[in-house]
Amino acid sequence: MSRRVNDFTLKLATVNGTGSASANSLLMKAIFRMGVPVMGKNYFPSNIQGLPTWYEIRVTEAGYLTRSGRVDLMVAMNPETFGKDYAEITPGGYLLYDSTWPRTRELTRDDVQVIGVPLAEMVNHQFADARTRILMKNIAYVGALAALLDLDMDVIEDSLKKTFGKKKAKLVDANMQAVKLGLDYTREHYDCPLPLHVERTDLTEGHVIIDGNTTAALGAMLAGATVGAWYPITPSTSLMDAFKKYCEKYRTNADGQREFCIIQAEDELAAIGMVMGAGWMGARAFTPTSGPGISLMNEFISFGYYTELPAVLFDIQRVGPSTGMPTRTQQGDLTECAYAGHGDTRHICLYPADPGEAFRFAVRAFDLAEHFQTPVFVVSDLDIGMNEWMVPELKWDEDYRPNRGKVLSADQLEQLTGRFERYLDPDNDGIPFRTLPGVHPKGAFFTRGSGHSKHGIYTEDAAEYQEVMDRLKRKFHTARRHVPAPMIERAHASASGKTARATRCGVLTIGSCDVAVREALKKLKSEGTELDYCRVCAFPFTEEVERFLKEHEIVFVVEQNRDAQLRGMLMVETETSAERLVSILHYNGLPIASSHVENAVLSYLDRGQVA
Amino acid sequence: MSHIAKPVAHHSALPKNALGYTVRDYEGGMSTLCAGCGHDSITAALIQACWQLAIEPHKVAKMSGIGCSSKTPAYFLRQAHGINAVHGRMPSIATGANAANRELYYIGVSGDGDSLSIGFGQFAHAIRRNVDMLYLIENNGVYGLTKGQFSASADIGSRAKKGEINEQPPIDPVLTALSLGCGFVARSFSGDKEQLVPLIEAGLRHRGFALIDVVSPCVAFNDHEGSTKSYAHTREFYHPAIHADFIEPKAEIRTAYGRGKPMPVTLHDGSTIVLRKIDVDHDPTDRSRAFAYLERHREANEIVTGLLYIEEEGRDLHALNHSVPGTLVSAREHTDQNAILDEVQARYR
Repeated sequence: MSRRVNDFTLKLATVNGTGSASANSLLMKAIFRMGVPVMGKNYFPSNIQGLPTWYEIRVTEAGYLTRSGRVDLMVAMNPETFGKDYAEITPGGYLLYDSTWPRTRELTRDDVQVIGVPLAEMVNHQFADARTRILMKNIAYVGALAALLDLDMDVIEDSLKKTFGKKKAKLVDANMQAVKLGLDYTREHYDCPLPLHVERTDLTEGHVIIDGNTTAALGAMLAGATVGAWYPITPSTSLMDAFKKYCEKYRTNADGQREFCIIQAEDELAAIGMVMGAGWMGARAFTPTSGPGISLMNEFISFGYYTELPAVLFDIQRVGPSTGMPTRTQQGDLTECAYAGHGDTRHICLYPADPGEAFRFAVRAFDLAEHFQTPVFVVSDLDIGMNEWMVPELKWDEDYRPNRGKVLSADQLEQLTGRFERYLDPDNDGIPFRTLPGVHPKGAFFTRGSGHSKHGIYTEDAAEYQEVMDRLKRKFHTARRHVPAPMIERAHASASGKTARATRCGVLTIGSCDVAVREALKKLKSEGTELDYCRVCAFPFTEEVERFLKEHEIVFVVEQNRDAQLRGMLMVETETSAERLVSILHYNGLPIASSHVENAVLSYLDRGQVA
Repeated sequence: MSHIAKPVAHHSALPKNALGYTVRDYEGGMSTLCAGCGHDSITAALIQACWQLAIEPHKVAKMSGIGCSSKTPAYFLRQAHGINAVHGRMPSIATGANAANRELYYIGVSGDGDSLSIGFGQFAHAIRRNVDMLYLIENNGVYGLTKGQFSASADIGSRAKKGEINEQPPIDPVLTALSLGCGFVARSFSGDKEQLVPLIEAGLRHRGFALIDVVSPCVAFNDHEGSTKSYAHTREFYHPAIHADFIEPKAEIRTAYGRGKPMPVTLHDGSTIVLRKIDVDHDPTDRSRAFAYLERHREANEIVTGLLYIEEEGRDLHALNHSVPGTLVSAREHTDQNAILDEVQARYR
């Protein structure tokens, strides 16, 4: 293989519950701490112990934090999947495996270089305890890789110290012993480093490696959320775990009293009810969930839309339909979130692309929910929520002030002449004033999911019912000016003061597809195909999205679901004709790879459908 | 939830409570339930109790689900915020609302369909969390708004208006609540205001979940012969076990009422509920004996009423959460966000 310094992908095939996650995380962190941008994706089973699991690490000095679609080095530690893993190696790549049990007869490929290290044998010789042997075998392959990839041993040792802390300092020594077993053997028997290896740079300064559920939880806490209700569901669970952890640290007073209330509900039906109850009282409240949870919450979401109660829902999407593949990623809930609930309903949705944006959109969601008095969705996914991403360090905008929306105070109510009327439209933006329970006798009204007039009174009157529904539509229209604008990048630089000339074709995508599409666009550009780029950040679609669609003859719509949900929404909401929107879909549960996008665009253009 | 606005008429002769309000100030819209509906009597008892306790009306939050019973919050306390949740889900609204703002009185009005069928899970879990609220089940054994299907509280052998006999055993909210560790369990009858009003008062002052299951006949679909939730049947098999008098902290204890010895129980806010055993057999502070007592009388087809179990030591949702005093309504504004982010991110570098 040719030299591939700081530009290759390794994949580690292991058995879950054996401590491989810690070993892989150690490996990724070590590369990051050597200053080289790195991507890590964990493909884990819906299981606690004994099933196959993979970890993919892309070392990418160019900063392509997405799957390339290649496997340059496979660490095949799982006998059960060995054959498949071996077959997956890109020609010219390497196989590292545990040669305690040689597989000479199976290793028939002449385009793969095999590196056998007797990991089990060495580890069993060194450690007596059965569990320790299992754990250390994984740490030993980190040592082998350290030799092959030229990883900095000081960085590995520091990382272990950071992981185990002072309390478990003894473990650092044991782990280092295991690392050295792999390292020494490999150095002795093979030419190290390989042509593909890591060289120290300084490109990770000012960055962190963090998952999007942790960042969303931080966003919720700093936005001032006080009530969280949830029902455990993969892959959203770690969001509430993180919220709890940080609130216990930063929201508990000296007497041990909590300035927050987290309720683990009996089901998602109750979790969303609790959020709406807290929102009715005026608190900032949220629930993290995934697709099946949103399905259960639909009735209350419809209620919240019609009664105009603020609520924030985080949907960490996983593979559906039904239980689907709970530990794999997809963007299969786009339509479900946008139109959740019976009757005419539509909801503000925010679509973060990475953990940094999950943090910012979490904060934004609380403001939008209170400003528009409605349920707001942060539509994230397993890839963003549970994988560790390299992102710029999170920073707080010191000028941020929470937007609590149009809420009448006790003084304002005291001065009110006549009765308070809940569902008027005094500012002609579709947003009525609300009052909170317990504030003032004049503020009282009945929040009802049944038909109501603009005065908040029960009605079955045709005109009165319709008037409220039309205002709700107006309110949603107003939201177009308040939700985050799309990220647009044009292939041609804009001439001074003028809008750049649009390319003939454009690419439009959403959420976690971002990184893959960006890499594909760069590659396409280098091959002579220039495409403008638009990433939708919110629903309702803003004017910028509509303009982008109008400007391009063909727009490739890249998304991770089977039914082209985003494309469908664009057609319905913007009246763009079907033939101008060309789908690029990926929905097998793995995060989309840049090569998938690149190949799809090229094959479409090659078919000569666009001159 | 339909209602007709009721003109507020003030009569100078009407007595005023400590806030200077007459009972009229605690009323709501005009009921649109059927004439003679038990639910309207319960509404009247609620109005009476809130007036007697001199609760500021706007410091009450009224909540309900779906069904005839769930319409009634529109008929009392017009100065209080109300919410009419989705079917069977009022307990979750109450839980979230109480989590956010513990400084209000929470009154949840539900029915047997709402609480014992579609909302049985939420009902149970609100008890388990000990949400500080008064929870009334207006229990008529029938689905009224959909015209006469049996509910889960229908007794075996009870006959529907169209003749069908119920053969499935009923779910008893009182036994359910007892088994879930509820600290205030009562049963009453919409036709016995004398018993119901003090129970409501005590339930409002009890810290934690207070359940009152009120037999409340449906005159349209379940008041015929053969029904075990009719006025006639309830009166015939009515078995008051305990009479409760609610006493404000400073008021004098009134003259003995009923038979048996008075048993004062002090509520957390210093007020007292004086229980008088009508049936000397029953001890409302002993859970296992309360079970046995209820079981015995159930077998005799008797409808045991009164405050059947009380336990004032329970910790409510906020005690269990170790919440700060006051409400959690205002968003908690951190002042040192970047310092927090710095500290948190140290381990992610």
